[in-house]
Amino acid sequence: MNTDQALGFLFQLYQSLLVVLLAPLLTGWVNQCRAWLQNRSGAGLLQPYRTLRKLFYKDAVIAENASPLFRITPYVLFACMWLAAAIIPVVAVDLPFSPAADVIALVGVFALARVFISLAAMDIGTAFGSMGARREMLVSFLAEPALLMVFFTASLISHSTQLPRIVEALAHHHFILYPSLAFAGLAFVIVLLAENARVPVDNPSTHLELTMIHEAMILEYSARHLALVEWASSLKLFAYISIGIALFFPYGIAEVGNWNALPLAVVALLVKLILAGAALALLETLLAKLRIFRAPEFLGTAFLLAVLGLLIHFLLGA
Amino acid sequence: MSISYSIQFINLLASLLLLIAFAMLSQRRILSLINLFAWQGLVLSLSTFVVAYSTGQHHLYYSAALTLLLKVLLLPWLLHRLMRKLNVRWDVETLINIPTTMLVGIGLVIFSFNLAAPISQLSESITRGLIGIALASVLLSLLMMLTRRKAIPQVVGFLAMENGLFFAATSATHGMPLVVELGIALDVLVATFIFGIFFFQIRETFDSLDISHMEKLKDD
Amino acid sequence: MDIAGILPLDVAGAVIVFWLMLGVLGLALQNKPKLITNLVFPVGAIASLLLAATGLWALSEAASYAVLPLGLPDLPFHLRLDPLSGFFLILLGGASFGVSIYSAGYFRTMQGNTLGLLCLEYHLFLAGMALVLVADDAYMFMVAWETMAVSSYFLVTTDHTIPDIRKAGFLYLLIAHVGAIAILLSFGVMQGGHGIGAYTFAALREAHLSVFWSSVAFLLALFGFGAKAGLLPLHVWLPEAHPAAPSPVSALMSGIMLKTAIYGILRVTFDLLGAQQWWWGVLALALGLLTAIYGVMFAAVQGDMKRLLAYSSIENIGLLLVGIGLAIIFHVYGKDALAALSLTAMLYHSLNHAFFKSLLFIGTGSILHATGERNMGRMGGLIRHMPWVALLMLVGVLSISGLPPFNGFVSEWLLLQAFLLSPGLPNNYINMLIPVAAGVIALAAALAAYVMVKFYGVIFLGQPRGEARAEPHDASIWERIGLGWLASGCVALGLAPVFVVHRLDLVTQMLVGRGLGNAASGWMFLAPVDTERASYGPVYFLLAVVGVMLVTVWVVHYFYHGRLRRGPAWDCGFPAQTSRMQDTAEGFGQPIRRIFEPFFRIERELPSPFDTHPRYHGRSEDRLWYVLYLPIRTITEKLSSWVSLLQHGRIHLYLTYTFVTLVVLLAFV
Repeated sequence: MNTDQALGFLFQLYQSLLVVLLAPLLTGWVNQCRAWLQNRSGAGLLQPYRTLRKLFYKDAVIAENASPLFRITPYVLFACMWLAAAIIPVVAVDLPFSPAADVIALVGVFALARVFISLAAMDIGTAFGSMGARREMLVSFLAEPALLMVFFTASLISHSTQLPRIVEALAHHHFILYPSLAFAGLAFVIVLLAENARVPVDNPSTHLELTMIHEAMILEYSARHLALVEWASSLKLFAYISIGIALFFPYGIAEVGNWNALPLAVVALLVKLILAGAALALLETLLAKLRIFRAPEFLGTAFLLAVLGLLIHFLLGA
Repeated sequence: MSISYSIQFINLLASLLLLIAFAMLSQRRILSLINLFAWQGLVLSLSTFVVAYSTGQHHLYYSAALTLLLKVLLLPWLLHRLMRKLNVRWDVETLINIPTTMLVGIGLVIFSFNLAAPISQLSESITRGLIGIALASVLLSLLMMLTRRKAIPQVVGFLAMENGLFFAATSATHGMPLVVELGIALDVLVATFIFGIFFFQIRETFDSLDISHMEKLKDD
Repeated sequence: MDIAGILPLDVAGAVIVFWLMLGVLGLALQNKPKLITNLVFPVGAIASLLLAATGLWALSEAASYAVLPLGLPDLPFHLRLDPLSGFFLILLGGASFGVSIYSAGYFRTMQGNTLGLLCLEYHLFLAGMALVLVADDAYMFMVAWETMAVSSYFLVTTDHTIPDIRKAGFLYLLIAHVGAIAILLSFGVMQGGHGIGAYTFAALREAHLSVFWSSVAFLLALFGFGAKAGLLPLHVWLPEAHPAAPSPVSALMSGIMLKTAIYGILRVTFDLLGAQQWWWGVLALALGLLTAIYGVMFAAVQGDMKRLLAYSSIENIGLLLVGIGLAIIFHVYGKDALAALSLTAMLYHSLNHAFFKSLLFIGTGSILHATGERNMGRMGGLIRHMPWVALLMLVGVLSISGLPPFNGFVSEWLLLQAFLLSPGLPNNYINMLIPVAAGVIALAAALAAYVMVKFYGVIFLGQPRGEARAEPHDASIWERIGLGWLASGCVALGLAPVFVVHRLDLVTQMLVGRGLGNAASGWMFLAPVDTERASYGPVYFLLAVVGVMLVTVWVVHYFYHGRLRRGPAWDCGFPAQTSRMQDTAEGFGQPIRRIFEPFFRIERELPSPFDTHPRYHGRSEDRLWYVLYLPIRTITEKLSSWVSLLQHGRIHLYLTYTFVTLVVLLAFV
């Protein structure tokens, strides 16, 4: 193993730890921005960490009839989301693990996590659990193909389905405006909102039976299980925002072997995350929650936009 | 390099035009429909401006300014006023549900691109493939007119259709003579006024802007 | 390789004959049902395994031929085993091993004489399918095809005392025969009137047909094989016949028999017909997409677990046809590397489908035995009573949903890669069809996950709905082995794609003259073109996920504590929880029914407020049945009522008919 490879592995380890530690901070930041925008003082940036700490120390209570599937799911969820966040190049494109899973596999990882959490939600057999699972699958069956189509647009431009290669093609070759990516970007924003249980589709801050999707699924979790699920949600948000950064604002991500650019890349990442978090909070404040059966229409729009982006790519060649 | 950037930019604007056409198709509110129409005008004016800049044809600057004046400021203002006067703030009612309309829209895009493919190959201008987009937005606007039940969205559809035609003219063939453009602009303006008068008449007659009432006008 | 002059075909032939003998033995052993289940089925299973090994062997061998001293005077039976047949033999052997072992446990409760008959039909069915795969002339093919159809008809109607099952069987037989006629006509067109000797496949290959006639032959073959495969709009028999049959038979039919139809399409299109047209590909692609979406949509609204799986089979057949269509398009435009990629994806998917669909079908058999129910609306919570079946079926469910690192994902991944590499075809419309098609595939895959969450969640999770039997029991040991074999097949196919793809190269080499070649860098990463473009390493993937999970478990329990209490379910503090508050199968499918409402024919009965026993009843039916099949039936009935005017029961009159016909024929011929 030569130095470059060793550095690569070290870097992969570094990024993995970075994302897992940074993810709750991003959630905290989004919540804080939301609070500011809604004239509240907010709980502070570190609130998600405090919540996690509190949850880990509590005794877990699970339902009498919970099966092993229910208990294993938080771990599967956490592992999937961590893996997803760890293979998206946000700081540098040297990620030795990324050949194991390209963008299609990335969509697969999200799907795996989703199927597990939906199954776990149905496991106890409560009214809310199965309702949440049903709604989650409803939202995702349109969001997932839309996400895939977004990735396809990017990979047709860069002739690769490997995220590092896509970032390289988009960021480090000379600057080109891609109309198809504009469509893809719009579709991606919708998917991001839907998949991360954000406002027009779901509301992360209520436990109101009419509106909740994600929260309905995790009602029966407590203590360490809930902590892992929450942490996984943070990681998922982080992963999605990283995907957005990698596809639409990749400038500043360090090239292959260019370790000197790393500090700058980290700073660039932080700036991008701060902006993206604020933008997300703004979007959530501006939009109103959709009725549940408007959601498929909203996501259908995302799917059609993504397909249109792909078509535009074929038509204009860009 | 500047040419290639301008092509890229025009391509981007063209897809924005298409995007706005789709957004109009999926829009449920009249107010946002009019705003989208204004945005479309802005995109159109920008693209005309870019074409003018990159090809050095001065009369296109005038038509860009005219577009800005007429389609971004005047017409939306007129429509807003009309809306207020007629007090029609309700949601757009569609004849076919929106996802189906969008699917038909995608079909139309494919169709018009293939229709335009031979023409684009003939054209030697900087902007191949744009005719397809222009045609697609014309057809999409027509589709919008087809699927809406109320009169105002239909007028917006009509105006948006004209936008598509105008885009085809400027970007693909570098514009028409200024006289023709002025004439068209005047026509559109007059048409809008006439539509406005019509609306009042329709409402006076039927107490509603639902054009399905017009079916009563035929002989029995 | 040549072991003492034995060719792969000899072994395959021996297995077929052995199966026939086993069938007869089963019939003879009617009075000793224990012997049939404990001996005949397991021995048949071992023969399956041998057949699979033969197939694997045949992949890397030159085609082997044989001419049997049977058949028509001028057309003895021709047999041939080439890589394409070899691949499908692997599929047949691999999947039927699991099913046969399972059957040894499943049929234990059956009556002796029925069991003997069933054993005969079962092995005849297996032998028929194997014969279809090795047939090398049209006559042999049709004989094998009909053997397969008829034996499976008898298997479907095992419980022939139930009128619904008789009806389902009749529908199956009818469509199978309409299809068989089309196939026969297709062969007829292909041989083009060159005499009876021209019916061997070798002669058919040499017959240079005009574009028109080869297109006719293709369309007939697509119709005929499509009827067997469940292609839209010929799919109606599938959701009727599959649930009617005993579960292992459903598994064989869905997992393997449908693939023989796919084999037929491949054989005709890529092997027998030379001049392909691009629009064949577009037709296949479009039909495939429609079938896939249609199938999965209907699967989402089913309440009967086996019907749900049957519709899901329709979806998968659609995906396979998409792969074939794509391959034809690429092949016609000379992009053979891409044609090889889409064929690889498609063949891989057939293998995967054989494993996971057989697994799920036999799993429903265990559930049926345990609960006596096929309606998912009366199940729930079975994971607590049948942990083995639940675990193994979870593997199947994850595989069929196309989730990494299981096998369904690999073929889906390959198919999507084929779409991604496709731009640059000289035809504009096709270029634009392709992104739309990729979108539809993605949609179908996502919907499949929806369907499978519903399937698993409603059956195994939650609380028991309604009054099920006192204590559902887990599957017997034979059943577990069968389930386990198929589940481990799913896992192995998911984790070792490079190995499989290398073997598939030999098949695509034969069909389009190209393989993926050096597709993979190392044995860990699957990469259709090169690693720069795309790669997928399932083993790393699995290791990473499992590794992170174990580390997390360890960290959480080491630094914190593992204290756990159990209490009643919380459910947002809702006090009066009953199991009736969970989603039923219909409830879970309701969003899909609502979104795709125009596709269904929905019958609903809502209770009025004054009902003392309010009952809700809803059925989502297939519009095509009413739009297409019922009119055909009405027309047929009308026509036959006219024909029946001729019938009077008087011999004189009948003799007159004969006489008139004879005179007319003599006058004109």
